[in-house]
Amino acid sequence: MALEVRFTKRLRSFTLAPDFSCDAEPLAILGPSGAGKSMTLRCIAGLERPDEGSIRLNGRTLFDSAAGINVPARQRGVGLLFQNYALFPHLTVMQNVAFGAQRVPRGEREARARKQIAEVHLEGLEHRLPRELSGGEQQRAALARALAIEPQALLLDEPLSALDTYLRSKIEQQLITTLAQFRKPTLYVTHNIEEAYRVSTKLVVLANGKVVANGTRDGVFRDPPNLEVALLTGLKNFSRARPVTASSIEALDWKCVLHCASAQQAKVAFVGIRAHHIGFAFGESKPNGTNVFPCWLVRVSETPFHATLYLHLHEPSKIEGQYHLQAEVTKEQWSLFRDQPQPWLATLPPETLLVLPE
Amino acid sequence: MTADLSPIWLSIETSVTATVITFVLGTAIAVWRANKHGAGPALLDGIFLLPLVLPPTVVGFILLLIFGRNGPLGRLLMHFGATVVFSWPATVIAAAVVSFPLMYLSVRASLEQVDTNLLQAARTLGASEWRVFRRVALPLAWPGILAGAILAFARALGEFGATLMLAGSIPGKTETIPIAIYFAVEANEMRQAIFWSAIDIAISLGMIACMYYWTRLQGSARMRVRRG
Repeated sequence: MALEVRFTKRLRSFTLAPDFSCDAEPLAILGPSGAGKSMTLRCIAGLERPDEGSIRLNGRTLFDSAAGINVPARQRGVGLLFQNYALFPHLTVMQNVAFGAQRVPRGEREARARKQIAEVHLEGLEHRLPRELSGGEQQRAALARALAIEPQALLLDEPLSALDTYLRSKIEQQLITTLAQFRKPTLYVTHNIEEAYRVSTKLVVLANGKVVANGTRDGVFRDPPNLEVALLTGLKNFSRARPVTASSIEALDWKCVLHCASAQQAKVAFVGIRAHHIGFAFGESKPNGTNVFPCWLVRVSETPFHATLYLHLHEPSKIEGQYHLQAEVTKEQWSLFRDQPQPWLATLPPETLLVLPE
Repeated sequence: MTADLSPIWLSIETSVTATVITFVLGTAIAVWRANKHGAGPALLDGIFLLPLVLPPTVVGFILLLIFGRNGPLGRLLMHFGATVVFSWPATVIAAAVVSFPLMYLSVRASLEQVDTNLLQAARTLGASEWRVFRRVALPLAWPGILAGAILAFARALGEFGATLMLAGSIPGKTETIPIAIYFAVEANEMRQAIFWSAIDIAISLGMIACMYYWTRLQGSARMRVRRG
């Protein structure tokens, strides 16, 4: 069972050229706004026509430019959950969910819709109109409607982006549970890095219409193939770099030589470190150990549970606001060292360095 | 003051018939047009909207040229022994032609306002184009279509210039209220003119009230279904 997607479509500012496949497990598609994520889903659902290439679902051709096949959306059997849910505002939850069941005998329609509504825990709201539902309920109603046609594949377009943050994690968990029961090709589009990671163990990263990374989520996060993917997966710190010895590189923007443990070392063009990998030490008069550098705090940005520290290496920042690294620590850690005399010692552990080729 | 009330019935008959015609044609053409792009349909748009901007006398004159004894349609109808000019159908044709653009524009605007995501959602749910129109586009555009029908009816009821040109003023046959008012004033029968004007205002207000309560009724019916 698989969904195979490989096509090109010229858009105004770039050419969309997704190339990936998805089996019975959910696949997260991560990318910044305007990367072509939604357009990819719309092409698979049959709402837009690619220029060239093919889309196959379980061996059935949905689109093939060479063979002149373009199955209309209504015959594709692909469920699409729209970003704004696109519930029919003049129809009740029940009528929305039953909308796709036109070929089901009239008597069975309501029973089937009820079952589907129960599956997303919307019992009792069958006769409400969409505008009388909360954001989370609307999302579940739209999901029930998409699943009611018993689709062969399910496409979700930023299903949580229209929700309030405080609702999100609960609805996300419900969604993950529902998706786990679906067991058919599922594409989950999002621009939220953490959401992508939680939803799926497999990840496709899309940038400017192209697949720039494709693999397991841990592989993509731990070992991004290039700077672009590293940035898209949330890398905050990077510097231009060049190789020095077999086990060290020079970080040009950070003005220091770093020991590193990567086989890519000879081809290095950039070096990066994720904000939460930077370690701290205090009270020693002289930096010693591997990749330890004195640093001065430029400014700090606090959230309820975390603090982001903007740091200048080697000497206090001479230009207002200029910094080299941003480090993320918990509030507890921050309360421990906020009063320590500067400079502090920042550690960039060699095994956490991302060594990125051109 | 005469007891001849025929202009009232003539006006109502004419306006209702003209509204039915523009409703069907306006909706059908607007739906057809919604999926068409290019210079051809855009040019047609110009022709459809012309009666809105032209002086009614010009519209009437053009209709006279078309339906007159030497006009293309006039001659064709002559073959079947029918003449349009100075007959009741002429009042309907004049009213329909001048009210058509209002209906057409309203339907088009309200169809364009329907969120395309909803239409596409319906397609992914397996709906045919007819079902998409019938179950999604039409119900959502309905208030606008209805508003267009009211406008068209009001315009048809008030039609004067084109009607006079094409249908003349034959009492009991083509003399609608606006024409009756004009000739009453011309004959200095002011009470008569006031009477007809009052009737016209009453019809218009009644129409608006009906539509208002009808939409209210629809709304509350929906509420009852939901609560029930």
